[in-house]
Amino acid sequence: MKRTLGKFFTSRLVGPLLYLVAFGWGMGRSIQMNGGNYMEFIVPGIVALSAMNTSFSAVGVNLNMSRLYYKTLDEYLLAPISSSALVLGKVLAGTVRGLVDSLIILALAFLFGTHLVVNGWFLMVVLLTCLLFSALGVVAAMVVNSHEDMANFSTFVILPMSFLCGTFFSPDRLPKVFGYIIDVLPLTHASYLLRALASGQGIIPLSLAVLVVYATVFFAAGVVAVLKVR
Amino acid sequence: MQIDIIQASLGGDEQIIELSQLAKKYGDVQAVAGLDLKIDNEEIFGLLGPNGAGKTTTIRMLTMLTKPTGGSVLINGYETTGDLSKVKKEIGVVPQHMNLDLELTVWENLELHGCLHKMPRAERQQRMQELLAFVELTDRAHDLADKLSGGMKRRLMIARALMHHPGILFMDEPTAGLDPQARRKIWDLIRKMNSEGMTVLLTTHYIEEAEVLCHRVGIMDRGRLIALGTPTELKKKVGEIVVETLNCGDTEYRFFAGREQALGYAGNLSANLVIREANLEDVFVELTGRRVGA
Repeated sequence: MKRTLGKFFTSRLVGPLLYLVAFGWGMGRSIQMNGGNYMEFIVPGIVALSAMNTSFSAVGVNLNMSRLYYKTLDEYLLAPISSSALVLGKVLAGTVRGLVDSLIILALAFLFGTHLVVNGWFLMVVLLTCLLFSALGVVAAMVVNSHEDMANFSTFVILPMSFLCGTFFSPDRLPKVFGYIIDVLPLTHASYLLRALASGQGIIPLSLAVLVVYATVFFAAGVVAVLKVR
Repeated sequence: MQIDIIQASLGGDEQIIELSQLAKKYGDVQAVAGLDLKIDNEEIFGLLGPNGAGKTTTIRMLTMLTKPTGGSVLINGYETTGDLSKVKKEIGVVPQHMNLDLELTVWENLELHGCLHKMPRAERQQRMQELLAFVELTDRAHDLADKLSGGMKRRLMIARALMHHPGILFMDEPTAGLDPQARRKIWDLIRKMNSEGMTVLLTTHYIEEAEVLCHRVGIMDRGRLIALGTPTELKKKVGEIVVETLNCGDTEYRFFAGREQALGYAGNLSANLVIREANLEDVFVELTGRRVGA
């Protein structure tokens, strides 16, 4: 890790910076959102989406490669450690990466002069989002049997969520049917929560519950998937 | 230098690994079809067979990386379906695929394994020094694993497998792709470990490797064990003397129990011929070659 730290941080910066420049500065300057500045609307969305993307791919892609290609996963499966310990380790590793990314975006947003309320609840929700999508990464890495299909999983599951789940625009502008589907997805609740918290409103208990349930279910599914991978 | 490689307290000559009717089916393909096999304590056992015979699948089932679809395995008295962590402590595994963490140094690879097996720090450090000396990698301890040669990587994998003091070592094609020097070094390591009490089960398709290294050999073909015995017994079984005749570009092999019969047969032939002692390769080809035949 310390050997690749420089590369790690600089490569982390690129994605978030592009989002902020393109959607925030570029497009966003002319847009007013619910009476506020578009930057203030979009930054919590970008934090949520990048917590999701980073945690998911940090765990999913790595673990899938280590299972199918490098076979380094065998070394862990051969060790007398429980599968829940293995999943917990992978999820925490993904969570750290997700958190680093999210904090970088917040720091950039402040440099761009955006006013956001970042309190303990806000960080809690970011943490929960990272945990949730890291656990989904474990499940995908264990279930998906080729590197190509792993990319497909991202394209069909992660990519649509990135754009639709209340990240760049409010989903109530879409037809009702889409709205219902989007309301079921975890990222929607992550962005709702972060946006509410950043604008100084309180926590949304229902959304928080949805995230907790998703995280628990994905974690359990991850443990089962590791047990079944033999 | 005498190194205490084995600490496991395995007593007597009892069978340390017992496979009964072990089977694995992938969809419609029967990779391993009802294997019955007993492996003695402190023996070097070689599993031989052409590619796709089911050797690797068998090893993966023995090391609990793949679930059998039938039958059972007892390792040192423990079922491989029950308390896995007990079995995992007994066995060391050197997989066929190079699966060191290449972003870590030699030292860190061993340390990771020690941590995964919950070895206390002091014991871990002492063991790592001991094993690095054993596999002659002490001076490369702080190099990245990626920088090692193929033979060194393989030796590091052996050191890693020995970290937690296992009594049984599984090696899947331990010398595949190595040059002759590196291969002999691995052979020496295996003999050295075995002389200190390690049971070794290895797979190979290098026949001379099985011949010089293994006490007993099992030959697998299409998921079944088709021959089992010491290399000498197997040679006796097909005939100790071979007559090779070149017949329109194809070599024909005939096996005989003794020289007289071989000479008698050879006397009636007009073609160019060679009379020699059989080796394990003849056994292998005789038993598997014709059907694999390609």
